[in-house]
Amino acid sequence: MSELNREDITEEVAEELKAHAAGLKEALDQGNISDAMQRIAELGEVRDRSLYREVGRLTRSLHEALRNFEIKAENREQQEELSKMADASDRLDYVVQLTSRSANRTMDLVEDTMPVASNLREEANAIREDWGRLRRREMKPSEFRELYQRIDAFLDRIVSDSDRLHGNLSEILLAQDFQDLTGQVIQRVTSLVKEVEDHLVKLMVMASDVDRITGVVHDQEEGSQEDGVSSKGEGPQIDDSQQDVVSGQDEVDDLLSSLGF
Amino acid sequence: MKILVVDDFSTMRRIVRNLLRDLGFNNIEEADDGNTALPMLRNGKFDFLVTDWNMPGMSGMELLQAVRADENLKHLPILMVTAEAKRDQIVAAAQAGVNGYVVKPFTAAVLKDKIEKIFERVE
Repeated sequence: MSELNREDITEEVAEELKAHAAGLKEALDQGNISDAMQRIAELGEVRDRSLYREVGRLTRSLHEALRNFEIKAENREQQEELSKMADASDRLDYVVQLTSRSANRTMDLVEDTMPVASNLREEANAIREDWGRLRRREMKPSEFRELYQRIDAFLDRIVSDSDRLHGNLSEILLAQDFQDLTGQVIQRVTSLVKEVEDHLVKLMVMASDVDRITGVVHDQEEGSQEDGVSSKGEGPQIDDSQQDVVSGQDEVDDLLSSLGF
Repeated sequence: MKILVVDDFSTMRRIVRNLLRDLGFNNIEEADDGNTALPMLRNGKFDFLVTDWNMPGMSGMELLQAVRADENLKHLPILMVTAEAKRDQIVAAAQAGVNGYVVKPFTAAVLKDKIEKIFERVE
């Protein structure tokens, strides 16, 4: 639809230009210089007006795209949380927050779970040893009574500890619920970025039209050549099928050993 | 064995700290970039440095170069644990004197293997 508008505008502009050009020629033919000057000014005005109109249209749709960028929250709580966030960078901060909260929650639970599991293993190992001595009839009756009580206590502990393990694992599972929310937020941000990119491309086309119409020539700037390795780092490589990117630890090891490591 | 773990993300520091603890290393300190790490290294008698590359402030690469240029620290074993995966970068890190290079995401086994190799060579 915007394309149609644009053609309409161009046609309208062409008509106006033609009319003023004809008027200019007429004025010149008649030797009426002040009239001709007036016509030239009007020609310039038509040109400016059409440019302004196009830039204005693009600005409006860019603004629209930014305003439309809003997450539909599912409940009041989410709505409150999300309505606080006015722009994309806030949203991405929110993703960082959610993922870090979830990672820490998961690690809390893992750190709580690991000692439980290793205590169970140690106690089971100790009991198994004594159990072997009992079966080989190497155990005194007093030792047996002690073992009997330990096994009793151990069975109780297995029940309560495995409840705790199970509970922690379920909570670890639940701590992954961030994926749903962050996924939605990131998708929104991605589509906003695409939209903005589309508009920017149109603006660039527009700018080159402006250059063409007005005859402006720019110095061609050479793209800054990146030479060597940036000590600042580049962040994760998304596409590891590229030639200059390793696809995993094995390739790192191969590369380093080829360097004599 | 005193170890300094440098990463700008607290979650990653926590993961590395946990893995190191599993390997039997309990004396671990943390820093969130090179600017924080360097004074700690200069004052703290660390035996081993595990660092990320991409960090705000002073990056891991700059930290590596600073350590190798420091008369008192230049022999400190350094393991880089990073998402930086370009061949040129790995070569550059090796040339700057890194002792091991682990790309993220990594496993506990890889970390263990690299740390053991580093100490075999150092000892």
